[in-house]
Amino acid sequence: MIRILCLGIAVGTAAALTPSLAGGGHYVVLTVAWVVVAVLLVTYGTRRAVTAKYLIPGTLLLVVFTVAPVLATVQMSTTNYGDGTRTTKQETVERILANSVVQAPDSPIFDLTVAGSGDGDFVFLLVDRATGQAYEGNRDGLRELDPPVTAPPGYTILTPKQVNDAAAQLREFAVPTEGGAIRQRGLREAYEGRAMLRYDGNAITDTQTHTRYTVQRQGDREYFVDANGERLSDQSWRAGVGLDNYRKAFTDERILGGFLRIFGWTVAFAAGSVALTFVVGLGLAVMLNDPRVRGQKWYRSVLLLPYAIPGFISILVWSGFFNQEFGLINNLTGLDVDWLGDPVWAKAALLLLNLWLGFPYMFLVATGALQAIPGELKEAATIDGAGGFTAFRRITFPLLLVAVAPILVASFAFNFNNFNVIELLTHGGPFTPDNPDAGATDILISYTVRLAFGAGGAQFGFAAAIATLLFVITGVLAAAQFRATRSLEEVH
Amino acid sequence: MTVRWWREVGLRHAGGLVAVVFAVVPVLYVVSAAFNPLGTVVSTDVIPTQFSLVHFRSLFSDPARPFPRWLLNTVIVCAAVTVVQVLCSALAAYAFSRFRFKGRRGGLLTLLLIQMFPQFLAVIALFTMITELGDAVPALGLNTIAGYSLVLMGGALAQVWLIKGYFDTIPRQLDEAAVVDGASHATVFFKILLPLARPILAVTGLLAFVGVIGEFLLASIFLTDTRSKTLAVGLYGIIESDRSNNLGVFAAGALMTALPVVLLFQYLQRYIVGGLTSGAVKD
Repeated sequence: MIRILCLGIAVGTAAALTPSLAGGGHYVVLTVAWVVVAVLLVTYGTRRAVTAKYLIPGTLLLVVFTVAPVLATVQMSTTNYGDGTRTTKQETVERILANSVVQAPDSPIFDLTVAGSGDGDFVFLLVDRATGQAYEGNRDGLRELDPPVTAPPGYTILTPKQVNDAAAQLREFAVPTEGGAIRQRGLREAYEGRAMLRYDGNAITDTQTHTRYTVQRQGDREYFVDANGERLSDQSWRAGVGLDNYRKAFTDERILGGFLRIFGWTVAFAAGSVALTFVVGLGLAVMLNDPRVRGQKWYRSVLLLPYAIPGFISILVWSGFFNQEFGLINNLTGLDVDWLGDPVWAKAALLLLNLWLGFPYMFLVATGALQAIPGELKEAATIDGAGGFTAFRRITFPLLLVAVAPILVASFAFNFNNFNVIELLTHGGPFTPDNPDAGATDILISYTVRLAFGAGGAQFGFAAAIATLLFVITGVLAAAQFRATRSLEEVH
Repeated sequence: MTVRWWREVGLRHAGGLVAVVFAVVPVLYVVSAAFNPLGTVVSTDVIPTQFSLVHFRSLFSDPARPFPRWLLNTVIVCAAVTVVQVLCSALAAYAFSRFRFKGRRGGLLTLLLIQMFPQFLAVIALFTMITELGDAVPALGLNTIAGYSLVLMGGALAQVWLIKGYFDTIPRQLDEAAVVDGASHATVFFKILLPLARPILAVTGLLAFVGVIGEFLLASIFLTDTRSKTLAVGLYGIIESDRSNNLGVFAAGALMTALPVVLLFQYLQRYIVGGLTSGAVKD
């Protein structure tokens, strides 16, 4: 009964969304939605497929929101997607044509109301003065509206002052129509003009000067250019560039230099963090794991604190400690170290912070592993004449290392992609003026995020290539962890 | 206290105390800053000397930083993602533990592999995906808690291994007996296995919860609108906008965020230590 109800809700939701999705041209979302519904129907509609009933919910989420994005990243790494190339070729052509319109004597005139989304996108609400028909026009085209005319969701009607303020952006805005486009003229008026440019599927021709503009590659982007190499427009579009992004990473000296340095530091940071936390955690575990030491429970409760506090809070608190003038560390020690402004000290600061964050975990793990080693082994070694330290070095430590190896590898992999520590403490900095993309303490993931979302403009394609390299490296680490994990035996 | 005691046990305590001080100083500092009425870096010491609730009051009254809203957002995201993650993982763990089917071993290994790829490595594609989804269904786009939660649910199977390990220790005879009595597979799962697996559900729930509450990367890119922020990006904004003067307010917020989590950890300590040694890593 509940099952039928849930399936009904799923089908109903998809059906309800279909008209608006199809109308908006969101075919990918539409397809995914119906595929999900179909899978649910096939799985839960019958009494068979018992196993699938338990596996499907998590698998669907995993495929849609983890596996598909990973594949999409790899695909994106072979394009030049980014600022200036966000649109498809067809959209770009439409915009170039729409921007070339001029008004003719018989052009229709509209009453115009401008609605804005707040981030530079607009919608024109239009009423044809001749026929009285209302329309809604956006960058993709025009559609008829029934009164009352309201702004679409996410948009608000702009006041005359706001329209005025957005004049520069509105000059670039046009609603494409058959053979031309609708453009703004004055605060409350728009006209439908005829395009002066024509596109024949290969090239754009200026109908007045008869200049032909063909597609040509300049750098990693394609433009429409005339015979002299002069661009018709600076607008480009998303295009496949093959392995150029990877070539760029490995051949452009400046980028390669930064990339190799970042890779080296990523490995050093991850290895250093694991080594430090493990040594301190193990030392502590050995010290306290003795029946004569009272208050072990108390120790454990207190030492659990750094592990239990959400990481971002601890990191932000520590970031204040490293302040040169007022920071706790310089104050308590009497030093005058520029912790976050100097490349070497910034790295030391990261390792110190990561030691604090990670040693309790290693302490707990090492204590657990120590207690799991049978006492008879140590006794036997002692009887054979081994002293306390020799027994530890020869017997306890090797056994312990085998037990914690998977955890060490997992911890290495975790720190290899430990974005939070880097971003919240140093932001990848300090930076040098000659390479503002790659900071002294950047690790690969923070570098990727800066390339994609940093102030230097979105370089999605190139950032996706770095991310793909990161997938490969993480995959190798995962394989290493596979080998170290004995839990594999439990599969059978 | 003999010399021998001091040499063999006292030194151990000395080492332990050094570690305790190291661990506790930053925590004390937060507490001290939260209750220090001046709330500046210069005026804050490690040991609390003054007591005032002015920062806590400001957290709940300043509309420029709507802490209650961030708290609500965070609770919603954490609850939704944790419930979905634990439930989906438990369902799958049941299949892997009790059924024998083609692709079982391959599926388990694939899960282990995927688990090692942090989802946020695909941040660029996730960003374009959520932008596109928001164009189609505005309620699930950028700057929505729903869209952000949905993306985080991509980790729905992250706890399968831990839960499966626990299910494996529950004797099969229990469910076989129930089946003989006429119970369906769903009854076995919901009425027998889930109640017995409460400890591991609590631990995996806590791990999922802590992973979500500390998620910063995707939140900082998806949730830029003040009212859609989670605590992680919201508190970051407070401290980042004025490091020296906003310390008190930040510390008050940090304290209120961390306290429930720390208490949960202490409460579940025994289980967590057990889970750790079998390989769970906190994000």
